[in-house]
Amino acid sequence: MKLVFLQTDILIYCLLLVIGLYIWRARGKAHLAAPWRKVARRPAAMASAMVLLAFVIVGLLDSVHFREPLSNQKPGVTEYSLEIVSLLDKLLTPLRKHNEKTYSAPLATRLFAMETIEQPDGRIARAYPRLQYGGAELGATPKGYARDIGRLTLKGTLLALLLWLALTTALSTWLTQHRNLGWRALWRGEAELPWRAILFTLGVLLWLVCVTWAIAPHYHLLGTDKVGQDVLYQALKSIRTGLVIGTLTTLVMLPFALWLGVMAGYFKGWVDDVIQYIYTTLNSIPGVLLIAAAVLMMQVYMDIHKDAYNSITERADVRLLLLCLILGVTSWTGLCRLLRGETLKLTEMEYVQAAQAFGVSHWKIMSRHILPNVMHIVLITVTLDFSALVLAEAVLAYVGVGVDPTMNSWGNMINSARLELAREPLVWWPLAAAFVFMFALVLAANLFADAVRDAFDPRAE
Amino acid sequence: MIRLMRILAIVPVLWLPAGCGKTPWNDPYPEAERGQNILYSVFSERPKHLDPAQSYASNEVTFIGQIYEPPLQYNYLKRPYTLEPLTARELPQPRFYDKQGKQLPQDAAPAQVAMSEYEISIRPGILYQPHPAFARDAQGRLRYHDLNAAELDKINTLSDFKFTGTRELTADDYVYEIKRLAHPRLNSPIFGLMADYIIGLKEYGTLLSKQDKLLRQNNAAAYLDLNRYPLAGAEVVDRYTYRVKLKGKYPQFVYWLAMPFFAPVPWEADRFYAQPGMQAKNLLLDWYPVGTGPYLLSRNDPNKQMVLVKNPNFRGERYPAEGEADDRAQGLLADAGKTMPFVDKAVYSLEKEDIPYWNKFLQGYYDASGISSDTFDQAVKVGAQGEAALTPDLQQKDIRLVTTVATTISYMGFNMQDPVVGGLSERARKLRRAISIAVDYEEFISIFRNGRGIAAQGPIPPGIFGYVEGAAGLNHYVYDWVNHHAQRKPINEAKRLLAEAGYPNGRDAQSGKPLLLHFDTAATGPDAKSRLEWLSKQLQKIDIQLVIRATDYNRFQDKMLKGDAQLFEWGWNADYPDPENFLFLLYGPNKKAGLNGENAANYDNPEFNRLFEQMKNMDNGPARQQVIDAMLAVARRDAPWVWGYVPQSYALYHSWYFNAKPNLMANNGLKYLRVDSKLREQKRTQWNQPRLWPLLLIGLVLLLALAPAWWVWRKKLYAPARGAES
Amino acid sequence: MIAYLLRRMLYAIPILLGVNVFIFILFFAVNSPDNMARIQLGMKHVTPDAVAKWKHEHGYDRPLFFNGPAPGAGKFTETVFFHKAVPMFAFQFGAADDGRDIGQDIKTRMWPSLVLAVPVFLIGLLVNITFALILAFFRATYIDFGGVVLCVAMMSISGMFYIIGGQFLVSKLLHLVPISGYQGGWDAFKFLVLPVAIGVIGGVGSGTRWYRTIFLEEIGKDYVRTARAKGLAERVVLFRHVLRNALIPILTGAVVVIPTLFMGSLIAESFFGIPGLGSYTIDAIRSQDFAIVHAMVFLGSALYILGLLLTDVAYTLVDPRIRLA
Repeated sequence: MKLVFLQTDILIYCLLLVIGLYIWRARGKAHLAAPWRKVARRPAAMASAMVLLAFVIVGLLDSVHFREPLSNQKPGVTEYSLEIVSLLDKLLTPLRKHNEKTYSAPLATRLFAMETIEQPDGRIARAYPRLQYGGAELGATPKGYARDIGRLTLKGTLLALLLWLALTTALSTWLTQHRNLGWRALWRGEAELPWRAILFTLGVLLWLVCVTWAIAPHYHLLGTDKVGQDVLYQALKSIRTGLVIGTLTTLVMLPFALWLGVMAGYFKGWVDDVIQYIYTTLNSIPGVLLIAAAVLMMQVYMDIHKDAYNSITERADVRLLLLCLILGVTSWTGLCRLLRGETLKLTEMEYVQAAQAFGVSHWKIMSRHILPNVMHIVLITVTLDFSALVLAEAVLAYVGVGVDPTMNSWGNMINSARLELAREPLVWWPLAAAFVFMFALVLAANLFADAVRDAFDPRAE
Repeated sequence: MIRLMRILAIVPVLWLPAGCGKTPWNDPYPEAERGQNILYSVFSERPKHLDPAQSYASNEVTFIGQIYEPPLQYNYLKRPYTLEPLTARELPQPRFYDKQGKQLPQDAAPAQVAMSEYEISIRPGILYQPHPAFARDAQGRLRYHDLNAAELDKINTLSDFKFTGTRELTADDYVYEIKRLAHPRLNSPIFGLMADYIIGLKEYGTLLSKQDKLLRQNNAAAYLDLNRYPLAGAEVVDRYTYRVKLKGKYPQFVYWLAMPFFAPVPWEADRFYAQPGMQAKNLLLDWYPVGTGPYLLSRNDPNKQMVLVKNPNFRGERYPAEGEADDRAQGLLADAGKTMPFVDKAVYSLEKEDIPYWNKFLQGYYDASGISSDTFDQAVKVGAQGEAALTPDLQQKDIRLVTTVATTISYMGFNMQDPVVGGLSERARKLRRAISIAVDYEEFISIFRNGRGIAAQGPIPPGIFGYVEGAAGLNHYVYDWVNHHAQRKPINEAKRLLAEAGYPNGRDAQSGKPLLLHFDTAATGPDAKSRLEWLSKQLQKIDIQLVIRATDYNRFQDKMLKGDAQLFEWGWNADYPDPENFLFLLYGPNKKAGLNGENAANYDNPEFNRLFEQMKNMDNGPARQQVIDAMLAVARRDAPWVWGYVPQSYALYHSWYFNAKPNLMANNGLKYLRVDSKLREQKRTQWNQPRLWPLLLIGLVLLLALAPAWWVWRKKLYAPARGAES
Repeated sequence: MIAYLLRRMLYAIPILLGVNVFIFILFFAVNSPDNMARIQLGMKHVTPDAVAKWKHEHGYDRPLFFNGPAPGAGKFTETVFFHKAVPMFAFQFGAADDGRDIGQDIKTRMWPSLVLAVPVFLIGLLVNITFALILAFFRATYIDFGGVVLCVAMMSISGMFYIIGGQFLVSKLLHLVPISGYQGGWDAFKFLVLPVAIGVIGGVGSGTRWYRTIFLEEIGKDYVRTARAKGLAERVVLFRHVLRNALIPILTGAVVVIPTLFMGSLIAESFFGIPGLGSYTIDAIRSQDFAIVHAMVFLGSALYILGLLLTDVAYTLVDPRIRLA
């Protein structure tokens, strides 16, 4: 096995590092930790955080990539497959490999469309062919289908229950020992954190995961698409795309917005004029046009450097990264303007003026006195932007300037689902899958962002 | 509460039209058009050119084919495709001359022929459509040829001109159009091609450019009058006769005479539209055609709708009385001998996406439709013997299904200049053949085209001379003939070939590196992803790893021109029904890379080239078939393409739509069509009864949801009041 | 005031120039004029001669920004940039790469865009304010909580779903309106009901929530508390004081959008086959018609700047304390 670091992987690791550093810093300082406590006290926020955590775990599993050695090795040298797979792919191997011929409905045992089948005796008949993997254990003429599904569901449910009980017990023991909280208090919601909401969400998530885990290897839980790929697999793979667009975009735009915004507000005069000119100009160009032009441009770049990308995954990844960059460039103007305004206010503060009077260098004033005091704006903007960016991806896919068409993304799923809606009978499951996953992520992100804003915005309450 | 009011407010609005009669609410056409003799069709892309010298795309020909009349046309019903005179009196017979200008017999060897001459005489008495360019005043002067700015100010569309006129069609107009092919301000797509054949056309182009530059030094909009410059290769003999002279022998030229490129254009129109100020109002010959055909373009709004109406000056043409054997049974001869055109007006609406088009067709708002792969299951079920039939759903609507094999080929090419897959060495041949076996086009057709297509055995599609059916026409490098049908060779055969080519198990025998191929495509959009994935899967079957390089159309074109691609998909749509039009796609001197030809694979085999030059000038017959067979054998051995497939098109017609027979060569089919508008009206009403109850249900649910709000409202309303009292 | 407006308008010139330069660089970094010619000339039989001719005909045979060999000022004026960008400032858009006059197209396509965008904007504003007011009235009850959750849920659904779902349900299953298309005059009604409804519903979530916070902010202010202490009924407080004062930031905030309504809605127009400027732009992007893209970018930028200007004016009108200098 050979590890592969895609460019977005590296950035994701960087992001994790930054978040880790932040947590480490915030732990010791009351003024940084207090707003987070406030967030943590809200049941809705904590429930959303659990959902987000689940998404993030899937996304992170999908961000560890490697190449497997090819099966037929020559002695001496090990050659690796060009196909780049992630830990998630490895976990989902049955889903990834169980490809049918074409559409099949969720939990189906036969294909969705009739086909002409040549029977053993040479006659040709028109029938729904049996799926290769969906309910394979049931034999050529599926019997006991309902019982099998029921059995698998029960198996998943029991497992979920066991795990949940184990976790709950462990938690309450720990709380009793360290926080002096009985499980009764926990249950009544008397603790500082909304444990009931957390445990409930955990239970639901566990149930979903376990039931999926029980059924998915044997059936296509969300059906298959036009070329017979498992829709559940696609939807899960799309999580990383959504998360990357939502987070990396803000990450790449952040340095620009921060420094330009703060500089404009701090230096005023011609610096302010130039920076204002830049962002007004950029802002006045309709966003989609800008993105379209930039996406076309990056295709040129990739064609010039075509030898650098040997696999579909790598190419798609570079395109994803560049898309993040472009989205970042088009969306930094808003934050920049907010930061400029806030900095203008801050420079009027006594402590900044005092520092200036003492001849402290500009750089130091900006990084010591101004930056920390505008960070709450950054945090609020970042969390609020996240869901908008995830939604924007779908629209860009429709215009034809989204992520690579070979990449799994909800936008691509929705885009192909448009055609499926015109079929009769209706092929609804890919659209439904994209909808449910996207909705869950964006809803959780929105609820969490609300809590963050309420906690950090000095104007609120 | 307000939410509820809103819903209640919408409901009566929606009821309103229902109260006025049972007409459907979802009729996308104006009320006034109901029940009229109108044909409803679509266009999917805004046409770029409607000038016969410039237009080449099929979506443009849909319109100008009905307006302009070249001398010849394809017979509407007969198959194989045969030419017949349209405005000409008869099919022209070429006369051949040698270098000394001596006339040669018809069977002279092609090498001897230095010039061929086509003499075409047209029928007298054909009139142009009414058009302001022909309008004359009492003195007989052209009324609108010297417009000043003030006069033009009041004009916004063509219909703002009060007077129109007409004129008889003459041989002059045909020669004028041939000259226009070389016009420096037009970009005729066939100028390059025709300059190689028509005597003096190339020099004519140079002359015009020079004159044009002189003219425009002072005035950028100055009019270049082609009548002042004669063209050696096209001359007027008398009022109704003209001659075209070609270098050498070019038997395919008659096919060009059935295309709008050789339709007549009156010089008055060119002069009229060239006046300053016209362009800014979109008044151009490119947008407002002037023809002699059965229809004229009455509304040109490429953003929405194009409308053709009957040309009042049309001479009237008779519906053909003979056709194929089956045509009478199909009712295609019911109108034999009647005067065409039948439909008063044809409305083409812009429909960019398949889904609305299909749904509107089902609702009866379009008269005919194709079937996309996603609507296939809804429309067609394939019978026990593999024959296609409509689903009961559509049968109930009396919709008819007509299938045709297109004269189009869609293939996957290898760049023959590529060091890995290209070249004529035995190694490369085996590699290409291995891939040809692995890429299972039968599966492709079944998944992506619902079985609507035929896996190709070579570059010539069925319906074109040179195509051989059955075992004799089989590509033995990829198929075996088993049980009376072609069967793809097993995948192990492909693996064996791959090993022989030096890549056992998909690994380079020497270095052990896995074999990696690149596939270039401009495909984007919803369907592309699954198609590309399918292709990767095909090559994985023989352990080849495929890298997809998707790019935009421009980049892709650029790559093809530079010969930078490795594997790519490409297609070709026949210009005319002659094998030359397909085999030249593999002719060496017609390479794309460097030479800008149509040979996208850059295939260059001297043997094939020699045979091509021989075949090109032959007449259809056993001798030609023999040469073609030899060419196909060479090409199949070399396998420069994975031969791909020939699409089959399925068309659906409503019960009120008559005389429709797909003719892939003819582009003037509108005049043959007839609709029964009464029947259509009745069916539309029947199929489109609005259903309201779900809306009411939603309203009710919302109402229930408001109940708690009402309760809290009351509580809140009285709370402060009571507080004040106590 | 007039001097201020004049200055702002002058200030718009460098911005528009910047936009022009930027879009030029972006476009020609990806596209050479040769590419453009090839796209316009179609697939078959394209010779280098034809490409050269096309470029000359459409004025792309000059250098992009700087013409070294040209004499004097010609170094800058004899360029593609000068010939294509400068006439824009007089709103002379010239001909599209396919030969049609862009100005004419914009003039005709503007109306369908407006007819769709203006009702969405007005009805949306009305509906959002109403809902926000209801939520503000029921603040701190389960209705408020439920309403906010509903808003967040509606915000979390991609706009594509509203369109796809609405079209499927209303047009295909219920036969209530035409699936797509457009007619002028009163016939437009049946084509616009659905897109307008979907546009409004799609914006209700975020709009309502945003206005609700504005209302709540206003309710928290001292004068409202005073009014309530005087014993005024909640209804009166809400309608007479809160609504009136909160409308100022809401309306001035909405003014910036008005000019950009001209540009139409990209997605909805495409889906519903409405021949407005939004679908015009999308088509141009897809067919890489630079002249149209360029014109639309310029128009979009100009309208955006106009929106900013209108906002300033609106502020002075509603709040006399602000003086523009």
